[in-house]
Amino acid sequence: MKVFVAVKRVIDYNVKIRVKPDHSDVDLTSVKMAMNPFCEIAVEEAVRLKEKGVATEIVAVTIGPKAAQEQLRTALALGADRAIHVETDERVESLGAAKALAKLVEEEQPGLVILGKQAIDTDNNQTGQMLAALTGLPQGTFASAVDVDGEKVQVTREVDGGLQTVELTLPAIVTTDLRLNEPRYAKLPDIMKAKKKPLDVKTPADLGVSVGSRVKLVKVEPPAERQGGVKVGSVDELVDKLKNEAKVIS
Amino acid sequence: MTSVTERDSMDFDVVIVGAGPSGLAAACRLMQQANAAEQELTVCVVEKGSEVGAHILSGAVFEPRALAELFPDWEERGAPLTTPAIRDELYLLKDAEKAQKLPNALVPKSMHNTGGDMPRYVISAGNLCRWLAEQAEGLGVEIFPGFAAQEAIIEEGVVKGILIGDMGVGADGAPKDSYMPGMELRAKYTLFAEGARGHIGKRLIQKYDLAAGKDPQHYGIGLKELWDIPAEQHEPGLVLHGSGWPLDKSTHGGWFLYHAENQQVVVGLIMDLSYQNPWLSPFDEFQRMKHHPVLAKHLEGGKRVAYGARAIVKGGLNCLPKMTFPGGLLIGCDAGTLNFAKIKGLHTAMKSGLVAAEAVFEAIAGGDEGGQELTAFTEKWEASWAYAELKESASFGPAIHKYGTVGGGAYNFVNQLLGGKLPNVHDTTPDHAALKPAAECEKIDYPKPDGKLSFDKLSSVFLSNTNHEEDQPCHLRLADPELPIRDNLPTYAEPASRYCPAGVYEVIEGDDGKPQFQINFQNCVHCKTCDIKDPAQNITWVAPEGGGGPNYPNM
Repeated sequence: MKVFVAVKRVIDYNVKIRVKPDHSDVDLTSVKMAMNPFCEIAVEEAVRLKEKGVATEIVAVTIGPKAAQEQLRTALALGADRAIHVETDERVESLGAAKALAKLVEEEQPGLVILGKQAIDTDNNQTGQMLAALTGLPQGTFASAVDVDGEKVQVTREVDGGLQTVELTLPAIVTTDLRLNEPRYAKLPDIMKAKKKPLDVKTPADLGVSVGSRVKLVKVEPPAERQGGVKVGSVDELVDKLKNEAKVIS
Repeated sequence: MTSVTERDSMDFDVVIVGAGPSGLAAACRLMQQANAAEQELTVCVVEKGSEVGAHILSGAVFEPRALAELFPDWEERGAPLTTPAIRDELYLLKDAEKAQKLPNALVPKSMHNTGGDMPRYVISAGNLCRWLAEQAEGLGVEIFPGFAAQEAIIEEGVVKGILIGDMGVGADGAPKDSYMPGMELRAKYTLFAEGARGHIGKRLIQKYDLAAGKDPQHYGIGLKELWDIPAEQHEPGLVLHGSGWPLDKSTHGGWFLYHAENQQVVVGLIMDLSYQNPWLSPFDEFQRMKHHPVLAKHLEGGKRVAYGARAIVKGGLNCLPKMTFPGGLLIGCDAGTLNFAKIKGLHTAMKSGLVAAEAVFEAIAGGDEGGQELTAFTEKWEASWAYAELKESASFGPAIHKYGTVGGGAYNFVNQLLGGKLPNVHDTTPDHAALKPAAECEKIDYPKPDGKLSFDKLSSVFLSNTNHEEDQPCHLRLADPELPIRDNLPTYAEPASRYCPAGVYEVIEGDDGKPQFQINFQNCVHCKTCDIKDPAQNITWVAPEGGGGPNYPNM
């Protein structure tokens, strides 16, 4: 079975997010970028499926600028067999990504598509669901366990009330939650080998889709800075401040 | 660990430890020569930072001499040298308000950053390294960020390569599910380019007695911030240096403030680690320094966007160890090639890398199977302009240690006028032995940060984007775990809590009401100051899991 894994290049989770001085966007100048952590989990799951003999080929896919090939190389080092890069400098939103992926799914006919449930940059949590709608394939989102059995896949989902297990008929779409697995480290020789694995570059035009953004980014504001605490002299003063300043008691 | 682990091994012609200016310059030059000679050569660079540039911190005003030797077409290749230094100012701060601007004619000429035969540039060393890494990869070098060299492989007295640290080891030393044993990277020649106080370099200097006959090495701690400032305040290429307040007369150091590209200003303090008063806190000196009107006027209305710190090696030629040993070389600040008289180290570090690459390639091209001591390097190095520079300024730092900032400055001014004819000055007290007992020193009451120009330590460390996997062994090793509370606390009021710029060390009250020494290694910005300044040399910095540490942007 061929497994598709979508990966996204995002700002590294260790980096403190900074807004551009003109508030037009998040400042990504000289900032460390990395693979979205949920996508790392998706890659790991695909690699484990291949180790179990379930998957025969893993194809890593990304949509983004040229630099996003770094993240594809990471996926290749972790165990993907080949990669497809849909190159664009446009700000890609969930729908654009889902359209490009849908086209690739149509071309390549994978048995399973694994995506992160969301990317930590915009936190949309939409691409997997949109891809399912566009392709008409069944979806198992927020997966904390994935068991492929013949033509079926059982996906344990992390839902508000606990865990829900759904059974989907392959081909299917799965999006990963945090507890699905703990991704491995890439090995040094595998990083070297990854440089020689095939990586196809396509454009959205090649796929006949437009991935441009449909939402206009008006303004980006950083969260309000936390105000320093105040030391109070007495219980009475505390009660007074809670009542009249913080207005949390009446 | 004592257990024997099956380790994978890979062979290269040359392994380079550290993707900084010297390591990357060496990597590029090696490949250039190999490509020109149409000879196959495998060169690998390992870097403990999560990406190239993540652990790079420097001023910096850059002299492009070595870069131009490596890539005469650096401009066409898009090297990140966009802001030529256009104006140079030097100040002596008298107190918290007053300052004297020194006329250029009285400034030692090594400190001039404009004029002369070559423009200097205000740059980000991190971005320079990122660019050098791209060039190196284009030439065929393998670069592996996120892999920390743990130790040198030494067999029968010969360095044969390095061992990469294990990944996925728990705090208790036991392997976790994600455990991945580190590989051996074996090489004909291994270049150590770890930067100041490299943890392997330190051990090699001891093992091969490379510092025999030299003065003890001297260090400073450099603290740096990056600010976005209002456009109307921005004068790209303006270069300010100064000394004096807030440091007292027995504490040496100086500050810098450069206007870089993109409406950014960098500001920093470099303080010699030969300071005596254990109450002193380099971090707090830096924070209060920014309130001086000479500096504040550039920063006011701006926003601090990054913070970091790094030890610098500043002993110069008197302290420069032998750089060769069987199977390898120490280059750049790992050896100590910084020219303190110019307050610059990037150009000499790169030059040492270039010379090393030439010596190594010559040997390998001549059929050398590796493991030799490359004495040819020493000849080439001593014939280089970088060595000549260091020779000329050998007394610069020691004179300041001996005669103070003003007296030493005068010595340096006169000595440079005379072409280095004054007798050489030495400073033979190691930095860790310079501290006086706390009881003999004045306690320093630092002002509270205002949250606009000055900040507390933890919110600063936050801006270094530092992260370490928490479940791993502490990488700050105490030879004697009782020593900090037993000896350092009563005698020196445990100075680690103050000299550490990242809040790693704390003395807290334990459950039994007694003081306890706590190490928050997750905060460590890899500056190495503790390894240098602990009065008992009780702290050893070793490499944590690869990829940990700060994630500096354009620092």
